[in-house]
Amino acid sequence: MNKGLKRFVKGDLTVRGIALFYIGLLIILPVIAITTEAFKGGIPNLWKQITLPQALFSLKFTFIIALIMLVINIITGTATAWVLVRYDFPLKKTINALIDIPFAIPTVVTGMMLIVLCGPRSLIGDFFGKHGIEIIYNKPGIILALIFVTFPFVVRSVQPVLIEMERDMEEAAQTLGASKFKIFFHIVLPTIFPSVLTGAALSFSRALGEFGSIVIVAGNIPMKTQVASVYIYGEIESANIQSGLGTAVVLLLSSFIVLIFLNFIQRWSNKYGK
Amino acid sequence: MENKTNCVEIVRKQKQTGKWILISVVLLWFFVLIIFPLIGIVMETFKNAISVITSSLSSTASTHAFWLTILITFVAVIINTIFGTIMAIVFAKQNFKGKLFLESLIDLPFAVSPIVAGFMFVILFGPGGWIGSWFYSMNIKIIYALPGMIIATLFVTLPFVAKEIIPVLREFGIEQDEAALILGASQWQIFWKVTLPSIRWGLAYGVTLTIARSIGEFGAVLVVSGSIINKTQTATLRIHDQFTDLNYAGAFSAALILALISFIILNLIQYAQKRKERI
Repeated sequence: MNKGLKRFVKGDLTVRGIALFYIGLLIILPVIAITTEAFKGGIPNLWKQITLPQALFSLKFTFIIALIMLVINIITGTATAWVLVRYDFPLKKTINALIDIPFAIPTVVTGMMLIVLCGPRSLIGDFFGKHGIEIIYNKPGIILALIFVTFPFVVRSVQPVLIEMERDMEEAAQTLGASKFKIFFHIVLPTIFPSVLTGAALSFSRALGEFGSIVIVAGNIPMKTQVASVYIYGEIESANIQSGLGTAVVLLLSSFIVLIFLNFIQRWSNKYGK
Repeated sequence: MENKTNCVEIVRKQKQTGKWILISVVLLWFFVLIIFPLIGIVMETFKNAISVITSSLSSTASTHAFWLTILITFVAVIINTIFGTIMAIVFAKQNFKGKLFLESLIDLPFAVSPIVAGFMFVILFGPGGWIGSWFYSMNIKIIYALPGMIIATLFVTLPFVAKEIIPVLREFGIEQDEAALILGASQWQIFWKVTLPSIRWGLAYGVTLTIARSIGEFGAVLVVSGSIINKTQTATLRIHDQFTDLNYAGAFSAALILALISFIILNLIQYAQKRKERI
């Protein structure tokens, strides 16, 4: 074997070294640094920081809000993907292209758009305000912001699966007299389920960490409308590094759990999907 | 027989109404969620006189902020295109221990909160950090300065290029590389003449996503920059600053500019996506 071929078969070590160095510097080292720093004062101390009333509230609040967003997004995202794949209607192509807008627009701009649309001075905000419902600077506004920034995830992961899906099973079920709901829940849903879960997991992790749009929309009142990322930012700003670290480690751990979950779905659908 | 056709027709009609109800609900949702806010921001900007808009956009702080965003985006795109391609080649073509674990780690920047990301870099590169203290002893500031802002942007955009190219490379296989190698091509020749042509649209797609995210990044850059006017304030930080100072004319006109830029980028993304699928 000549030298070049040997190197090729083993894989070029220089190239691998560069790649691993980059991942090490930008991902692994920062994660280790923040974890070490958080555990420096010992586990009891870290636990004390996490369970500070304000910190604990912000974490609980973030998870509840993200779960509400998740339910809405799974339903609307799947419905949107379904309509875009299965039906023809005017403007379909344009709408399909615009689905990605939330990914392209800066989150700060998203927050400001929602204030213009639903803020106290707007038509919608005024209408709801008269009925005693505050959208902006309260929970509905935060949920709306999260739905906006995560909207494409479920749509974009379900869409390709629906496009590839064979329709013979559905047609067979239809001729045998199955209702539309039965067809959806017994044939379509099992097929698209892994992709719905993937989209859901991606939007959930995004919602847990979202900052830019929420900081503008939420009003950020501690113990009322303050999410975890805004709480951490406040602690960094006021130089309370330790109390910020506790919440940050919980968020980081959640991100890892979501990543593991995504890997698991991937393997599961590779195994049974084909 | 007649009865049967009637039944089919009724079912079909029901299906039609169901279809249109679903389409209208989805369209309504889409317009309320995506289109109305876009229209809102345009209207809010043009509530102000044109002269107010142009003067707030041409203020030194604003132009500085936009230039800083362009600079950071430019640097981040170049670095992450190079390293993203290298990472993709390594993960798609080489085999080694811990590969699966490292490959899933690449996704971490997507899963992590931008605030936590910024926080990690403050701890690592701050004056008391493992790497930061060394740079500080050499009088180089990373946090609350340009290098930190670039590093934070590199982190949040790290997966885009690599994640786009890996599947393309996997599908493409290594037969052509082997053929080129046996014919006596060097590693560089293989890269430029075999690998690059096959990944170019995937690469273009990844790069446009990187540009969009770099321009729009807020949380991570906010934490590491300190948002100092005329110094470490990018366009998004400037918008936030003006918004909290109740300078709505300035905030909305700058936001509209960014929205327009993202719209253009969105079109580029879609173009690259289409070309990618064609190959």
